[in-house]
Amino acid sequence: MTDTPTAASAPPKPRNFFSALEVDTRLLGMIGAFVVICLVFNFLTDGRFMTPRNLFNLTIQTASVAIMATGMVFVIVTRNIDLSVGSLLATCSAMMAMTQTWFVPDWLGLGLNNPATMPIAVVVGILTGLLIGAFQGWLIGYLAIPAFIVTLGGFLIWRNVAWHLTKGQTIGPLDENFQLFGGINGTLGETWSWVFAALAVAGSFYALIQSRRTKIAHEFPVKPVWAEALIGAIIAATIIGFVAILNAYEIPAARLQRIYEARGEVLPEGVVEGYGIPISVLLLILIVIVMTIVARRTRLGRYIFATGGNPEAAALAGINTRLLTVKVFAIMGMLCAIAAIVASSRQTFHSNDIGTLDELRVIAAAVIGGTALAGGMGTIYGAVLGALIMQSLQSGMAMVGVDAPYQNMVVGSVLVLAVFLDILYRRRTGDRT
Amino acid sequence: MTAPLVEMRDMVKSFGGIKAVDHVSIDLYPGEVVGVLGHNGAGKSVLMKMLSGALPRDGGEIYINGEKAEIDNPRDARNYKIETIYQYLALADNLDAASNLFLGRELISQTGFVDDALMEAETRKILARLNPNFRRFHTPVSGLSGGQRQSVAIARAVYFNAKILIMDEPTAALGVQETQMVAELIEQLKSEGIGILLIDHDIHQVKMLCDRANVMKNGQLVGTVKVDEVSEDDMLGMIIAGKCPPNAIPGPGALQNA
Repeated sequence: MTDTPTAASAPPKPRNFFSALEVDTRLLGMIGAFVVICLVFNFLTDGRFMTPRNLFNLTIQTASVAIMATGMVFVIVTRNIDLSVGSLLATCSAMMAMTQTWFVPDWLGLGLNNPATMPIAVVVGILTGLLIGAFQGWLIGYLAIPAFIVTLGGFLIWRNVAWHLTKGQTIGPLDENFQLFGGINGTLGETWSWVFAALAVAGSFYALIQSRRTKIAHEFPVKPVWAEALIGAIIAATIIGFVAILNAYEIPAARLQRIYEARGEVLPEGVVEGYGIPISVLLLILIVIVMTIVARRTRLGRYIFATGGNPEAAALAGINTRLLTVKVFAIMGMLCAIAAIVASSRQTFHSNDIGTLDELRVIAAAVIGGTALAGGMGTIYGAVLGALIMQSLQSGMAMVGVDAPYQNMVVGSVLVLAVFLDILYRRRTGDRT
Repeated sequence: MTAPLVEMRDMVKSFGGIKAVDHVSIDLYPGEVVGVLGHNGAGKSVLMKMLSGALPRDGGEIYINGEKAEIDNPRDARNYKIETIYQYLALADNLDAASNLFLGRELISQTGFVDDALMEAETRKILARLNPNFRRFHTPVSGLSGGQRQSVAIARAVYFNAKILIMDEPTAALGVQETQMVAELIEQLKSEGIGILLIDHDIHQVKMLCDRANVMKNGQLVGTVKVDEVSEDDMLGMIIAGKCPPNAIPGPGALQNA
């Protein structure tokens, strides 16, 4: 590792096709794994796995865990862990359910399904998550109690706070507007989904061009134009393909008829409508974008990664690592609340066992997605892909008819295998962290 | 004579019952390299950490250019243009050179986001001056050699116009050639009027690089010498036995002649 003239000879010529594209090979690996899983299950289920309907369901089943996994990346990157997310989700869900069925209709006297109910419930839920998360972060950052212990305590406490609040009862049905976050009960419809796709493609192209311009302005080496164009094309194809699949899942005729009747119209002959992007998935996409921007383009994100890489260096650089811990756990708490919105509205009621074992799914998703438990490394999109891979394994096995115990055995083995492959990958690429 | 660049008076720091730094006073003038020597545990690093704001002091006063300075955290120290290069290379291993150079002082674009391109450009400029062989701007610093990593740490001090530079065994992790590079750099910074406090074990190197040297033992100052006026053996005697040669200015920790 000395300054040999060869190491210093700049700028290195791209060695192969992938290095010219400058894409993350780990990302490619995960996408590859996901594609393989889809193909295998599709074969085993005689083509039932890769139907629009199943893929639609896969996205809404993944949303809640994936939302929390984005926050878990920050937690693990700063060398912490959060075992309380499933329980915290339950407490947030209980608070929101009570707001909708008891506080707003009875106390405020607004009755059921008032337009104000949903926003009030969402604010109550997010505040609950934020405050509990910040409190746990304060215990960890300022009182120096290990995160494992604080959140293990939280795991027991918040699960049972939820139980205490609801007296163990199932609360539902939830507010009609609130249920829009649940997936199948709230989708954008075909037209708006295509509008979203167009905006997303335009946004990606703008970002690519802007990034290239900045590089040229600073006289940095840039990728060959064909590589940029190819990446742009792949991104556009992915977005359009994704929306096309979700649009291809058609609303059943009977249901469509009810929708038209509710509007006071008659369903015209031969009209079919696709569901389009579920609002819960839209929420997930927005969270991924925001969290990625926070991670890469803000001081907060920079400090999170610096602290994970070397806490002492971060402190010496004047970073308040204690306050940073509070912020990271507050973000995690807020995301638990958003996941609670998605999870409870998906089942249309709050139940006592909501979010059970989610902490393990969330941690596993982040880790399969390449977040290193040693800290300092991890990506938001990796965690979401990790969640998607786990969910597709689980629902694929359910479709094939694998018994429940074997399902969990497979998921557990995949977790261990994924981390082992990641270690091998890092050894080969020479990343020491 | 002008006021010293840095004057630390009666600095005290205890950990539990142990006095790590026991009423130590030292000073530093512009364009001067002053060594701080002593065994492991003599208190030299603790003394420097009080100046860099990494440790709060229990007692004593710090004067910068003759004016009393309040240094309670690393940010305060930076505001006084005090930069530190640590023994164990205080870099975040998982970040690239530019992120490390600007850590805690990121350049922000008009839109309020971290301006990575501008930081990389600035990093390329400063490193081209300090270490022209440096080319790996996109790899995490964990993948760099000791010398390259130290260049990043030094670039941080130079970029932010340090007036006072604390170097805690800057060459401990380096090879011969890289040590030479750091030595040349110290000479250059010195000629620009920067005051450098150099913590080092290597007497030979202290003799070569420093103008004066303070020797500490058991948290106390044994004495201050001009390195040209004493031999390496004299300094060793101070470090090991606390014995001051006749031409040294003895401190409270000097061995008393019974």
